[in-house]
Amino acid sequence: MTLDAATSLAILAMALATYAVRAGGLLIAERLPQQGRVRAAMDALPPAVLSAVIAPTALATGPAETLAAIVTVVAAFRLPLIATVAIGVASVVVFRALIG
Amino acid sequence: MRRTPILPGEDLAAGLIAIFPAAIAVVPFGLLLGATAGLKGLSPVEIALMSGVVFAGSSQFVAVDLWTDPASWAALGLATLIVNLRFTLMSASLGRKLGAFSPAQRFGAVFFLADEVWAVAERRAADRVLRPAFLFAAGGFLYANWMIWTVAGCLLGRALGNPAALGFDFAFAAMFIGLVIGFWRGPRTGLIIAASAAAAVGVDALVAGPWYVLAGAAAGCGAAAIMAGEGA
Repeated sequence: MTLDAATSLAILAMALATYAVRAGGLLIAERLPQQGRVRAAMDALPPAVLSAVIAPTALATGPAETLAAIVTVVAAFRLPLIATVAIGVASVVVFRALIG
Repeated sequence: MRRTPILPGEDLAAGLIAIFPAAIAVVPFGLLLGATAGLKGLSPVEIALMSGVVFAGSSQFVAVDLWTDPASWAALGLATLIVNLRFTLMSASLGRKLGAFSPAQRFGAVFFLADEVWAVAERRAADRVLRPAFLFAAGGFLYANWMIWTVAGCLLGRALGNPAALGFDFAFAAMFIGLVIGFWRGPRTGLIIAASAAAAVGVDALVAGPWYVLAGAAAGCGAAAIMAGEGA
């Protein structure tokens, strides 16, 4: 159970960087236009950012992951989130066993 | 007109219920992060400190991967900044929906703005007023959960084995797919998702680092802006 000085400093730098980017958006939120194209772009942020985060994992890892991602999308339209995650995990196991 | 709800219990319960699937899905990642950090020489106290003050899983994975002995605060701080730039987009979007929050609550709330917390908060704000009880319940629960499992991973270490063997490495992707579909509003959403995914996959193949997230976000939002010009 140790706490190294250089490690603590590095963790502090990580914490400051993370809080800065999280708080930064609050400062620009009120300056953004509330209508028109900028508004439409901001409204699209949730699906756009979340899709971007997982697209390489879901679509460019291998055929088993891509097929599992398709099954997961179908499940997500019909089932609650916890069932969607379970089906996604189960389907990737099945597809990896079938096609590697 | 700001009005404090007399019974915040409903918002609190809704926040816990909304974040629960995400809390389950991040368990294997917390364990894996803790175990990897242990192999890199970080103690359980140090990983607890990192999870406690950073609370941003993907940047913690990158930092542990880059970890050297002694640790370089400049390299790790910069890497964290780049990986987490997407949070500025997220808080800019959510910032417009925090009308029920005091200024202090807003700056407290953004500390908990992990991807999953942000997604459920945006989802909530799409249907009704987003209240502090919802956001702090969801954020606090995921925070405590992340602390427990990252420290457990460090304590258990190699005994955990490989999460890919049971498909748990796909839990994160499956959860994000579920969160994305939660924002479905018709064919236009499909075009936004397609533009984002195509740009992210393309940039990820060409450029090392987390830039694919910003490229995908820009492509998806750009597609939405173009469609807005055509429709309205």
